[in-house]
Amino acid sequence: MSVEVHIRQGFRGFDLDVRFEAPVGLTVLFGSSGSGKTSVINAVAGLSKPKKSRVVVNDAVLSDSAAGVWVPTHQRSLGYVFQEGRLFPHMSVRKNLMYGNGLAKARPEVASFDQVVDILGIAALLERRPSELSGGEKQRVAIGRALLARPKLILADEPLAALDEPRKAEILPYFERLRDEFSLPILYVTHSIAEVARLATTVVALKEGKVDRVGTAAEVLSDPSFTPMGPRAVGAVLEAVVAQHHEDGLTELSANGVALMLPEVGHPTGHKVRVRVAAHDVILSREAPKGLSALNIVEGKVHSVRSGGGPGAIVSVDTKAGRILARITRRSAAALELSEGVRCYAVMKSVSVAPQDIGTR
Amino acid sequence: MTEWLGPQEWAAVGLSLKVAFWAMLGAVVPGVLVAYALARWDFFGKQIVNVLVHLPLVLPPVATGYLLLVTFGTQGLIGGALKEIGVVFAFRWTGAALAAAVMAFPLLVRSIRLSIEAIDPKLEQAAATLGASRLMVFFTVTVPLMLPGLLAGMVLAFAKAMGEFGATITFVSNIPGQTRTLPSAIYAFLQVPGGETAAMRLVVVSIIVAAGALILSEVLARRIARKVGQA
Repeated sequence: MSVEVHIRQGFRGFDLDVRFEAPVGLTVLFGSSGSGKTSVINAVAGLSKPKKSRVVVNDAVLSDSAAGVWVPTHQRSLGYVFQEGRLFPHMSVRKNLMYGNGLAKARPEVASFDQVVDILGIAALLERRPSELSGGEKQRVAIGRALLARPKLILADEPLAALDEPRKAEILPYFERLRDEFSLPILYVTHSIAEVARLATTVVALKEGKVDRVGTAAEVLSDPSFTPMGPRAVGAVLEAVVAQHHEDGLTELSANGVALMLPEVGHPTGHKVRVRVAAHDVILSREAPKGLSALNIVEGKVHSVRSGGGPGAIVSVDTKAGRILARITRRSAAALELSEGVRCYAVMKSVSVAPQDIGTR
Repeated sequence: MTEWLGPQEWAAVGLSLKVAFWAMLGAVVPGVLVAYALARWDFFGKQIVNVLVHLPLVLPPVATGYLLLVTFGTQGLIGGALKEIGVVFAFRWTGAALAAAVMAFPLLVRSIRLSIEAIDPKLEQAAATLGASRLMVFFTVTVPLMLPGLLAGMVLAFAKAMGEFGATITFVSNIPGQTRTLPSAIYAFLQVPGGETAAMRLVVVSIIVAAGALILSEVLARRIARKVGQA
């Protein structure tokens, strides 16, 4: 089960040449606006026809310009979740959900109607019209509609971009379930690092129409040279397991044996989670700090120190819990004599990790 | 009521309703197709089609009627061919319906085209990603969403067909019981001394029919708008 994509298209002053393979799970096409990510997903959907393309989903060739193959959109067995929902205004939620389902009777269902309604919590909305739904509700119905269309590939184009923060937090877990509970390849376009950190099995980072880098979320995000949204958005992803819920409201995670204390995590003990630790929330110390209010102190070794033109530097520290990125000033880096191979301690306040930066994996 | 209008007057009213109904019905399918093509497709000669469709709106109706007579008359290019298979328009009520349909066509197309252009093509794209073929998209998304415009266009076309005079009288003349529609009858009554009262009665009938059509379309439009969700 995998997706193979190769798109080439010359626009005025902009060449798109994107080639990647996406394994099972959720592949994020990440990039700033103008990086070509929407062009890629629309070519995969068949909504736009690039000059050269080869798209293969689980051995089914959807397009191959060299062989003259171009399967029209409606025969591509897709489930596409758009940014604006695009629900049919003249149909009830129920009819919207069943629209694609009834058109593809020959393919097996990915999930039953009842299952989808249950997972997305939309049982109370079934007889309503899209105009009577909130933004978050619309997006849940849109996910359901895509899932019920018996898809072999799920596409999502910035599905959270039109929502406010609380609604984003409401919808994110549904994509995690989509990723974890169905063995469907998902292609997900976003420009949000937070969504990459939570959702991506594989990250395909695009830059000016080319693939900039490919890897797992942890690999790509822990690379200190990867600062597409500026140094403020840098943060590593740690993979951990929920170890224990403490009575004082803290949750203890175990990241490869290293205990991390975080504010209450809404997952049961034993649940695998991923935590994004923003680089500007990490303090470094050369000696084991004492008398500090921060609960998480992890020992490690400096892997690299990168500084740009500004006063800041990003230090990547290899710890037993995984690679942690810290954004400190160049002055501090010099004062602490931080350089490759130096032992140090990364200090993280428990409360600095926002709940939406903790996801399942 | 039967005494209120004479048999000739009743005939005119009945004929007008029949002519307008068939004119509207006959124009709907080509109207939708042309409106869709103008709204959604780019093709060679689009502007020419656009002008041709709108021509009856700006041309003197008598000119349109004459052109119809030339093409659809029994000696005409199309009319001659149709006569071979037994279809005759000239000086028949069917000719009146054809003239009314041609005159109403631009109004119908304009109304439908506007409502198609108001439909977000992204909805049609979404339907395609869910597995709907072009035809399926058209019937399950485009048509339901353009219903308000289609209905408004049909009412307009019906009203226009009821009132059509110039092209009709030129093409099919003013034969009582055959091609004497309401406007033709009013005109005829006004030509004879003492015909004013009869003409006035038919004017009142015209007002009732026109107002009825408008009210009906309002009610239907509101119902459809509610159904479509106006989102």
